[in-house]
Amino acid sequence: MQAKRDQDFFWEGIDRGVLLAQKCDGCGQLRHPPQPGCAKCGSDQWSETVLSGEGTILAFIESVHPTRRDEESRCVCLVELPEGLRMISSLLDPENAGNGAAVKFEIAEHNGQLLPLVRTVGESQ
Amino acid sequence: MSGPGKTAVTGIGQTAYTKESGRTVMSLCAEASAKAIADSGLERGQIDGLISFTMDTNSDMDLQASLGLPMVRFTAKAPFGGEGAYATFQLAAAAIESGQANNVLIFRAFNERSEARFGQPNYGPQGAPRDLHRSLGLVTPGQVYAMWHKPFLDARGLTNEDLGHLVVQMRAWAANNPAAWFYGRPITLEDHQRSRWIVDPVLRLYDFCQETDGGVAFIVSRLDTARALSQNGGSPLVRVLGVQQAWPLGESMMYNYYKSNLVFPEDTVHVANALWEQTGLSPAEIDVSTIYDNFSSSIPISYEGYGLCKPGEVRDAILAGEFGPGGSTPVNTNGGLIGEAYLHGLNNAAECVRQMRGTSPNQIEGAKVALCAGRQCGMVLARE
Ligand SMILES: [Zn+2]
Repeated sequence: MQAKRDQDFFWEGIDRGVLLAQKCDGCGQLRHPPQPGCAKCGSDQWSETVLSGEGTILAFIESVHPTRRDEESRCVCLVELPEGLRMISSLLDPENAGNGAAVKFEIAEHNGQLLPLVRTVGESQ
Repeated sequence: MSGPGKTAVTGIGQTAYTKESGRTVMSLCAEASAKAIADSGLERGQIDGLISFTMDTNSDMDLQASLGLPMVRFTAKAPFGGEGAYATFQLAAAAIESGQANNVLIFRAFNERSEARFGQPNYGPQGAPRDLHRSLGLVTPGQVYAMWHKPFLDARGLTNEDLGHLVVQMRAWAANNPAAWFYGRPITLEDHQRSRWIVDPVLRLYDFCQETDGGVAFIVSRLDTARALSQNGGSPLVRVLGVQQAWPLGESMMYNYYKSNLVFPEDTVHVANALWEQTGLSPAEIDVSTIYDNFSSSIPISYEGYGLCKPGEVRDAILAGEFGPGGSTPVNTNGGLIGEAYLHGLNNAAECVRQMRGTSPNQIEGAKVALCAGRQCGMVLARE
């Protein structure tokens, strides 16, 4: 049997259409990236919690694959979530990229994989 | 650690820094190590400790066999990559000051250009499961670092052109260092701005460190041993006055965009404060520095973190040319990892030793104290 990774629940959530994080059973602290234990209280007991799927761009870069030059570049962004977490994502509408831009997560396919991608919302559209 | 360190760097050795060594990594490692031992003036039989990185692939026992070390009593590996490189000197001090070794060999060697290249995209094996970074487009270290460096650069008003001014200063040092890959090849700001984007809008080609095949090694000894070597016709005594690590909870070696404050280099500030406490020195007393420069954007973060300028003043220092020849805070006088070679940070430590001995090709006149700076570890060397 293949050993389960600490982040597998996150991807199982993506496949079900939900954006998940770990919530500590001991103190209620949310955490991402996934870890077996809670940095705040040390408990290794946790539950899945569904995130709002909202966020704000803190930084973004253009990612060109170094060896697959024919692949389209991606606008990768660092997203701050209202729940106090951060996630790496890539932007579905890179023409609207900007620091502070509000985004919403969309679970969509890229290169044959379902991924938590983001699209800007509000005034920039 | 309390009080100034009681060790000294007695030997340094390095191979040629190339792009295609055509040799085994162990042969590079053994060459650099043998040169370091010879440089120290010690006999092989006096080397009783071996220290490297967890990421180094050289076997301690193979190295022992190649060098003919009769008895090794202490081995250790410093974790993490180059920004933790100088932790090796802390391990050496821990071994020596606790009496578990007398003369420790620190080594690092790889064929980082011709064999396993760090900058190659790491997609994992075919069919590898999705992950939180690569699957979303961060496939190389340059992309990962650019992402978490960007908020600092934005907060300090630093553009890629400003980083270009910094790279020009690094390359000016390298141009005068015969061991440097870019020896004799200084660049202008225009050259930098014409080099292609690798990670738009943060890093161009010339903002990246070298990829290097080579090896570098050091001998760290007890202070009394070092003093005797020096007094008997050896090199000037180069004391490890302080060496520290700091790993605040929430900071990460590589994927550092989850830390609470993306603008404040908390890890580096802790290292710096511990160094000043251990050595009794202050940033103003540093004559010359090396700063770990896997990317040009790493330099301003550490420069500010070590207090070489006040928070918010790093852009002014770059534009005033303070890092390069003639600057008030000379940084990476070997050309750094950008201009000389990428030996995972340790070639920058070798330059600090040369500066303290008075043997750098870009010697800073009268330099007595050197700072060897990494993000999560740092070292102060002093000429006695
Ligand atoms: Zn907890």
